[in-house]
Amino acid sequence: MKILVAVKRVVDYNVKVRVNADNSGIDLANTKMSINPFCEIALEEALRLKEKGLADEVIVVSIGSSKCEEQLRYSMALGADRGILLETDSTPSSLYCAKLLSKMVEKENPGLIILGKQSIDSDNNQTGQMLAGLCGIAQGTFASELTIEGGQVIVTREVDSGLQTLSLTLPAVITTDLRLNEPRYAKLPQIMKAKKKPLETLSAETLVAPFAPQVTTQRVDAPTQRKAGVKVANVEELINKLRNEAKVIS
Amino acid sequence: MNILVIAEHNNQQLSSATYHTVTAALQLGSTEIHLLVAGHECAPAVQQAAKINGLSRVLVADFSAYQHFLAENIAPLIRDIAQTHYSHILAPASTNGKDVLPRAAALLDIEPISEITNIISANTFTRPIYAGNAIATVTTNAPIIAMTVRGTAFDAALTSEESVATIEAISIQHDNQLSSFVNEALSLADRPDLSSARVVISGGRGMQNGENFALLEKIADKLDAAIGASRAAVDAGYVANDLQVGQTGKIVAPDLYIAVGISGAIQHLAGMKDSKIIVAINKDEEAPIFQVADYGLVGDLFEILPEIEHRL
Repeated sequence: MKILVAVKRVVDYNVKVRVNADNSGIDLANTKMSINPFCEIALEEALRLKEKGLADEVIVVSIGSSKCEEQLRYSMALGADRGILLETDSTPSSLYCAKLLSKMVEKENPGLIILGKQSIDSDNNQTGQMLAGLCGIAQGTFASELTIEGGQVIVTREVDSGLQTLSLTLPAVITTDLRLNEPRYAKLPQIMKAKKKPLETLSAETLVAPFAPQVTTQRVDAPTQRKAGVKVANVEELINKLRNEAKVIS
Repeated sequence: MNILVIAEHNNQQLSSATYHTVTAALQLGSTEIHLLVAGHECAPAVQQAAKINGLSRVLVADFSAYQHFLAENIAPLIRDIAQTHYSHILAPASTNGKDVLPRAAALLDIEPISEITNIISANTFTRPIYAGNAIATVTTNAPIIAMTVRGTAFDAALTSEESVATIEAISIQHDNQLSSFVNEALSLADRPDLSSARVVISGGRGMQNGENFALLEKIADKLDAAIGASRAAVDAGYVANDLQVGQTGKIVAPDLYIAVGISGAIQHLAGMKDSKIIVAINKDEEAPIFQVADYGLVGDLFEILPEIEHRL
């Protein structure tokens, strides 16, 4: 079985982002970029399945400019067998990404497609579900545990009310939540070795004809800041303020 | 302009998120708002739905394939209903809504909008990006506008004593058999729901272990509060993941939020900064949580918590 993992290049999660001066977006100049943390968890899960002998090949795919090669090389250093860059200079919408990935599913015929549940830049949480819909296959979103038994994947999902377990027919799309696993780090010899692994570049526009995005960003603003209040001296003063000033307890 | 709202429920009861989503639909300025209740043996949820002010119809799709709200079956149902004559589809930005709505949108060949927090016009909305560190204003020209709605950004819709909406049965059945329900481990419901509680008391790494959360529970009992936790406390294994408040957990906006032993990482603040009153209790007076707290108390939580309980 092949596993296809989608990885996105995003602002590193440790970077404190700032809205740019003309309110058109986030200031990305000289910003450290990394693999989206949820995508890293997706890759880790694929690698563990391969190490258990449940998969033969792990393919990483990324959509974006040639700079995404950096994240694909890093993914191969972690253990992915080969990489595919679907190159485009525009900012692709979730629908366009889902259509591109569905072409890859058609071409590679993977048993599992694992994606992060959301990227930490646009926070959309859409692409995996849209891909599963376009392919007409099952989806297990917000996965915190998964096992493969026969032609099924048993996935435990982190839902608002607790945990829900579903059984999905393969092939299926899985989107990862934070507690699925803890990703490994790449070691230097692996980083060297990854330079020799195959990385294929395809033109996104050739695969799926581009279309005008339906959803466009008009402006981006910094959120309103909450003002710090007062420090109280003791519990008595705190209870007194909550009762008589804020009036939130009786 | 007809608006379709997707109800979230467990067949017995509508979730509070559903009421908040109806309010967002009302703000779009339509008089024709229909609520889809898809489930199995869901008559009690339908009865509650029919009493929500502002709804003109409750559409009921009651089949066994819809019992667990599996996306593989619900998404094509939404597609079939929506493409008849709806301008907007709204679902709560809950794990259910986020699971189903994008899949339905893909089937309709449209780009959905996630987790809106404000409605500027019928096609322009705001939504948080970068973990709430920026707010984007987005416009869509999609033929059908599909979106999930952040519950805490909209008040709950009001209800009437008697039914106000017409109940209409939907006969569309989808049973793809791609997925099946195995089991669920639900958190105990002896407290108010975290997402809709009036008071929330949360513990962080400062609680030191899971047993110490009993100190929060005693106060929660007196305030009828829900218990929450920071990601650090969840990752350390003190409490279950469904108690997590933050960008990757639940978004809450209660009247009173009490953060105990929580330093105030940006991830956590994104989940609670819209609370009306925030209280922070922390031994580190430099903790960032104090920058957003209305009332801060510096000290040892193991001394402070019993005293609060005693004085309430």
